[in-house]
Amino acid sequence: MTTSETRKASGPGAPGSVVDARALARARRRASLARFWRSYRAHRGGLWGLGLLIVFAVVAVTAPLLAGADSQSVTDAEGGPLEGPSGRFPLGTDQFGRSVLALLVYGSRISLTVGLLAAFLCVAIGTVVGIVAGHFRGWYATVLMRITDWFLVMPTLVLAIALATVMSRSMWTVIIAIGVTTWPTTARLVRAQTLSVESRPYIERARALGGGHGHVMVRHVLPNVMPLVLAQTTMIISSAILTEATLAFLGLSDPTITSWGGMLQDAREAGAVSAGDWWYLAPPGIAIAAVALAFTLCGRAVESVLNPKLGVRS
Amino acid sequence: MTLLQVRDLTVTYDGGARAVRGVDLTLAAGQKLGVAGESGCGKSTLALALLRLLPASAKVTGEVLLGGEDVLTMKWGRVRAVRWAGASIVFQGAMHSLNAVHRVGDQIAEPILLHKRATREGARRKVAELLEHVGLPAARAASYPHELSGGQRQRVMIAMALACDPELIVADEPTTALDVMIQAQILGLISRLVAEQDLGLVMISHDLAVLADTCDRLAVMYAGRVVEEGPAAQVYADALHPYGKALSGSFPTIGDPASRFAPRGLPGDPPDPAALPPGCTFHPRCPVALDVCARDDQELRPAGAGRRAACVRVGRTGAAEDVRARVRGQGREPEH
Repeated sequence: MTTSETRKASGPGAPGSVVDARALARARRRASLARFWRSYRAHRGGLWGLGLLIVFAVVAVTAPLLAGADSQSVTDAEGGPLEGPSGRFPLGTDQFGRSVLALLVYGSRISLTVGLLAAFLCVAIGTVVGIVAGHFRGWYATVLMRITDWFLVMPTLVLAIALATVMSRSMWTVIIAIGVTTWPTTARLVRAQTLSVESRPYIERARALGGGHGHVMVRHVLPNVMPLVLAQTTMIISSAILTEATLAFLGLSDPTITSWGGMLQDAREAGAVSAGDWWYLAPPGIAIAAVALAFTLCGRAVESVLNPKLGVRS
Repeated sequence: MTLLQVRDLTVTYDGGARAVRGVDLTLAAGQKLGVAGESGCGKSTLALALLRLLPASAKVTGEVLLGGEDVLTMKWGRVRAVRWAGASIVFQGAMHSLNAVHRVGDQIAEPILLHKRATREGARRKVAELLEHVGLPAARAASYPHELSGGQRQRVMIAMALACDPELIVADEPTTALDVMIQAQILGLISRLVAEQDLGLVMISHDLAVLADTCDRLAVMYAGRVVEEGPAAQVYADALHPYGKALSGSFPTIGDPASRFAPRGLPGDPPDPAALPPGCTFHPRCPVALDVCARDDQELRPAGAGRRAACVRVGRTGAAEDVRARVRGQGREPEH
């Protein structure tokens, strides 16, 4: 008997089913994952995005194997400065003679980590603030939204630079700086959606059947703002990667680690732009764009799977 | 046993709209009470006030005794416990009262789990039982609301209302968005369940014919007040208050040629609850108004066995007959 058959046989209403509740729950979770994957597979763009992300993730995880552990070293560089692409260096070398491909491989680690963590931080703060401000009316909601407005009008880059300067120079500083400065847009979006969801009759129904604030917010509002939050997350990830690149470009990230933004800065400083050394400029830029695109494609596919109203194939 | 007793209930919304003005109602277990009236006469506000679901800005006074306990002065935790377990609501638009992102089975289980009536497994069994009770296959629990038809959704809402074995069900226009065939099925279902489980039912509708068919007693509301109350069949067939008369007159009798040609109904709109007319609130639209109606407010007064009406012509010798004659006369006039 397969799991799905077990599920059917012991499903609701089956008399005398004495199946272990935990095993049943596990089977159901597996079945719902399988269902999710079946719907996801129907989205060609989502599959491309997922494939691209897996490639980037594998590259990031296996960077030392792919590029060699000491390929970031300036002193042990193997090639000459700014060599064009060749069989030995497929993407040429930088001004210190390091392989650009190796740098690109190592850079994916920073870009992905910072992008994901910063986006997660930003979306988490934004969602909590947005739902709370949308659910509770009255002066505390107003206060919360004025604080949000204050963060919204603060120029993101200036605030991030200020934070990055005050705190110690590390990857975590960049993550916190991006997370703390980008949440207001999410909070506003989520609050607007919360207000619209809260005015629907099923919220009244939820209150009528005895649900409290927590119940309404978690069970009814959150699932309804989730598609928006997911879509927002994909956008935030791309913009977080861009902001990270910007901060690195401005020399505010840890100079000892290689990131795509940092590579662009190095390229500019080395005069690659005026010299026309495209192999040094184009790869980091294309990589940033590709990761952003992959996240967007995945996000759209997940959104249409999770929101049953959008239909399985859209 | 008195299940629900409403005493002098008034609701004033923020901005001065007096939506409900002194309503008294009594309902025994196993009894079905219909509340009729046009849009904007306070029916739905009354329903929401019963479970304290009105916005905090609305001012509610009076008493709502549910099984002897006053809902309006209860502690917040007690109110939440009473909601659904003591009294549940079948809402108007089933499509919109169901959350589109949850399966209907989970939504029916929601009150059961919320009130800790059962474990997840027990709740699932209960859901299957409830679905079969309302005439849906148990497998429907896995559907999303948009996969069901309007009638099926309303059945789901009814199953949900029964989930915690309440003593009272408030049905707020439960059949408004449904076609007549489905409407008849749903009404039959509600009547059957109420009879089987000895529940109290408060059914709210603008459709007097539906109420007369389903309920034991009828209360007709106008401008936030009950203007006529009595046994359903009597109120429908022979209303004492001119408004009740107009309301029941707006349904043509099938097969009766006379009602085909006589235009019925009542011109005008219900008054603005923030600016009610002086005297009897119905007098500007009343076909049989007297001078005194514009001056004196009319209270509900006894009008025969188990009946009450708020009209100056009721209770005086011969006055009721007078009203009937004149209302009938008005209805027939265009024929001549």
